[in-house]
Amino acid sequence: MTIDIKEQSESATLLIIQDEMTVYNVLEQKNILLPHLKADKELKIDLSGVAEIDSAGMQLLIMMKRRAKSINNQLILVHHSQAVTEVLALFNLTSFFGDPVIISANWET
Amino acid sequence: MGDLDAALDTFVEEAKELLDEMEGALLALEDAPDDSETINSLFRAMHTIKGSSGLFGFSEIVAFTHEAETILDQVRNGEKSIDDELISVLLDCKDHTAKLLEHCISSPDKALPEELQTTGKELVFKLTGKDETLSAVNAVVETTTMETVGEATDLDDKWIISLEFKQDALRMGVDPLSFLRYLKTIGDIDTVLVLTDEFPDEDVYDPESCYLHLKIAYKSNADKQTIEDVFEFASDDCDINILPPHSKVDDYLSMLDELESEADRLGDILINIGVVTKNDVAKAVQQQNAAGEGGKPIGKILVGKRVVQPEIVDKALNKQLHVKQKAAKEANYIRVDSGKLGQLINLVGELVISGAAMDLMVERHGLSDVEEVAETMNSLVSNIRDTALDLRMVPIGETFTRFKRVVRDVSKELGKNIELKITGGETELDKTVVEKINDPLTHLIRNSLDHGVETPAQREQAGKTEKGCIQLNAYHQSGHIVIQIIDNGAGLDSEKIVAKAIANGLIQEDHSLTQQEVFNLIFEAGLSTKQQASDLSGRGVGMDVVRRNIEGLRGSVNIDSVAGEGTTITIHLPLTLAIIDGFMVEAINERYIIPLTMVEECVEMNSGEWEVDEVQHYVNLRGVAMPYLRLGDYFNSKKSGKEKDKKTGRESLVVVRSGQNKAGFVVDELHGEHQTVIKPLGKVFENLAGLTGATVLGDGNVALILDVQGLINKAVKGER
Repeated sequence: MTIDIKEQSESATLLIIQDEMTVYNVLEQKNILLPHLKADKELKIDLSGVAEIDSAGMQLLIMMKRRAKSINNQLILVHHSQAVTEVLALFNLTSFFGDPVIISANWET
Repeated sequence: MGDLDAALDTFVEEAKELLDEMEGALLALEDAPDDSETINSLFRAMHTIKGSSGLFGFSEIVAFTHEAETILDQVRNGEKSIDDELISVLLDCKDHTAKLLEHCISSPDKALPEELQTTGKELVFKLTGKDETLSAVNAVVETTTMETVGEATDLDDKWIISLEFKQDALRMGVDPLSFLRYLKTIGDIDTVLVLTDEFPDEDVYDPESCYLHLKIAYKSNADKQTIEDVFEFASDDCDINILPPHSKVDDYLSMLDELESEADRLGDILINIGVVTKNDVAKAVQQQNAAGEGGKPIGKILVGKRVVQPEIVDKALNKQLHVKQKAAKEANYIRVDSGKLGQLINLVGELVISGAAMDLMVERHGLSDVEEVAETMNSLVSNIRDTALDLRMVPIGETFTRFKRVVRDVSKELGKNIELKITGGETELDKTVVEKINDPLTHLIRNSLDHGVETPAQREQAGKTEKGCIQLNAYHQSGHIVIQIIDNGAGLDSEKIVAKAIANGLIQEDHSLTQQEVFNLIFEAGLSTKQQASDLSGRGVGMDVVRRNIEGLRGSVNIDSVAGEGTTITIHLPLTLAIIDGFMVEAINERYIIPLTMVEECVEMNSGEWEVDEVQHYVNLRGVAMPYLRLGDYFNSKKSGKEKDKKTGRESLVVVRSGQNKAGFVVDELHGEHQTVIKPLGKVFENLAGLTGATVLGDGNVALILDVQGLINKAVKGER
C-alpha cells in the first residue's frame, strides 16, 4: 500500500502518500483517496513521500480540493515534497490550495 | 520624406475619391435605403479613411471617422435603420471629414480650429447621442483586456497563451507540465491560471483524463512561430491559441504598413507578418468550412479564438482591400499625371504641324515616290492624334452626379421638391473642358432650382405634379457635346424680360426680337427677373459670366422656354480644346481656319446665281436668306481697300452653322481640310472679337482660327 493512514481521529484523517503521483497510478490513488473525503472529517495529506508528480497527479489534488470545498470540508496538504512544490509553483496553484508551503533551504531551481 | 509625401498625396486623393463615393452612396440611399451594397460602401469609405488617417497620425480624423464608422457598422448589421435624418447627418459628416482632411494637410502642426471642433462634437452628438469622442480609445482597449487573467498583472507586454487540453492528452503522453517547463527555457512565465471549469463531478471523474485548461501570461522575445513550435507535438491533443502581446501590436501594425505583399488572402497577410501561424489559419479555415454558408469571416474567427488582436485584423483587412483594389485598378486603369498627357498632346500637335511641313516639301519638290509614304504617315499621325485626345476623354456622368447633392440641398433649403434626372452620363469629353464646365453648370442648375421650378403649392395650383424635375442630359452631335438642363418649371416670362431689358436700356422699346432672342437676353449682364434676390441667384450677375465662360470654351449656350411648361438650356461645347479638324480658307492673302464641324457647305459667291444684297449683307441661298460676312473686309479693312480692284469676283461662300444660326463667310480661296493644332493667342489678344486662337502651318506661317459663333452674331447684326 502506497497510501497509509498515519493518524485517525474523530475530526481528522491524516494520510501519507509514499509514492509518485503520475498518470500511471492516479486511478488507483483516486479510488483510495476519495472515500476518505467525508463531510464531517478534515482530511490532511502528507506529501513528503511524493518523489514525482505530474499533471495527472496535480489534477487529482485539484479535484480533491474542489470536492472538499463543495462539501464544506477542508483538504489540507502538508509537508510538500520538492517535486510537489515545484509543480504547484509552475501551475501557480499555491494560493489555490492555500496551504503553507515550506521551501527548504537546499531547494534546487 | 519624398516617399511619405507621395504617399500622403495618394492618401489625399484616395480619401477625396472615397468621400465623393460616399456622397454618391448616401444620395443613392435616399432612393433605396435597404441596399446593403451601398451601405457597405459607405462603411468601407469611413473605415478606409480612418485606417489611412491613422497611418499619417491624423488623430482628429481617426477619432471622428471612428464614430461615423461605428454607426455605419450598426446600420450594416441591421442594428440601426437608416432614415433621411441620418443621411443628412452623414452627409454633414462627409463634409466635416473633408474639412478635417484639408486642415490636416494644410496645417498639420496646428491644433484643430474651434469651429471644426464644435462642428465635430455636434455631429458626433447627432450620430451617437454621446458628447465625447472617447469611445475610439475604449473600443480598442476593452476587447483586448483579458478578463480571465487580468487581476493585477500588467499584460501589456505578455503573450497570452491559452491551452485547452483534450481529455486524451495525458493518455497520449502529453503532460501540460512539460510545456510549462519548456516555456521557461525560452522566456519567462509571468502568470499561469489553471481553469478548472471543465472538471466533472467526482463520480464521472477519470483521473487519467485531462481536464486542465491553462492560460499563461508569458514574456518572451521569441516570435509566434517559435512559441507555437513548443506545442507542436501536442497539437492534436490540445487547442492552442497564442495572442501576441499588446505592446507588439504597434510592431505588427507597422509591419502591415511595410508589407509589400501581393497576397490577397487575409490569412496569408497575417501569417506574413507573423502575427498568426499557419496552424491558426488552417484551424480557422476548418472552422469556417464546418460552419458552412453562415460561417463567420476568418478575421472574426481568429479574433474570437483570441489568437490575434482585433485591430491587427482590421488593419490587415484594410491592407487586403488595398491590395485587391490595387489589383483591380491596375487591371483596368493606370493613373497618369494629367501633365504628362498634356505634354503628349502638345507633342502630337507638333507632330501634326511637322507632318504638314513634310507634305508641303513633298509637294514642292514633286517627289511622287515619297508621296505614298507621306500619305501613310499622315494617316498614322491623325490616328495618333485621335488616340491621344481620346486619353483625356472622361465621361461627363461624374460631373453630373455631383449635382445631385446641390439639387438635394438647395431644394430642401427652398422648400421645394425637386428630383434630378441624369441621362447621357456616359458621353465623353475632354477633361479640361469638364473641369471648366463645372462652374457654369452649377450656376445654371441653381438658377433652375431657384427660378425655374416652382414650390409644391404653386405647382399644384398650376395643375402639375408636386415633384419638380430637372434633367441633365448630354449627347454628341457633329464633333460637339451638347449638354442640356431641362426643367419642368414655370418657364421664362418673356414680357418681364423685355420690360426689364428696356428698363436697363439693353434694348429699345420698339425692338423686333424673336422669342428666342428675348430669352437669350437673360444672358446679358444686369438682367434678373426674379423679384427678390436670394443668396442663390437673382442678382443679375452670373448668367453673363456663364455665357462668357462657355464662349471661352468655344461653345455656345441657348435657352428655350415654354411658359408654364419649363425651360431648356442647351450648351454646345467642342469635344476638345487642343486639336481640331479645321477647314482652311484664304482671304486677301491671309489664312483662316474654320472648325470643320461647323462648315455646312461651300458654294461659289456669284451674284448671278444667288441673290446677293450687298448693302444689307444678305444672300439668298436656295430660298434661304442668311447674313454673310466678308472675312477680308472684317479682319483687314485697310488692306482690302487697296486690293479690292484686283479681285476678279471669283469668291467663295462658306456656309457655317453654330447651333441654330447660320451665316456665310465670303473668302477668296478654299484650301480644304487641315489638321489644326490650336495655339492660344496669348493674353494680349485674348479678348479679340472673332478669333479663338491660331495655328502654325506647315510652311511656318500662322493661320487664325475663327470664332464662328461670334462672327455669326456679328454677321446677323450687320457689323463690319
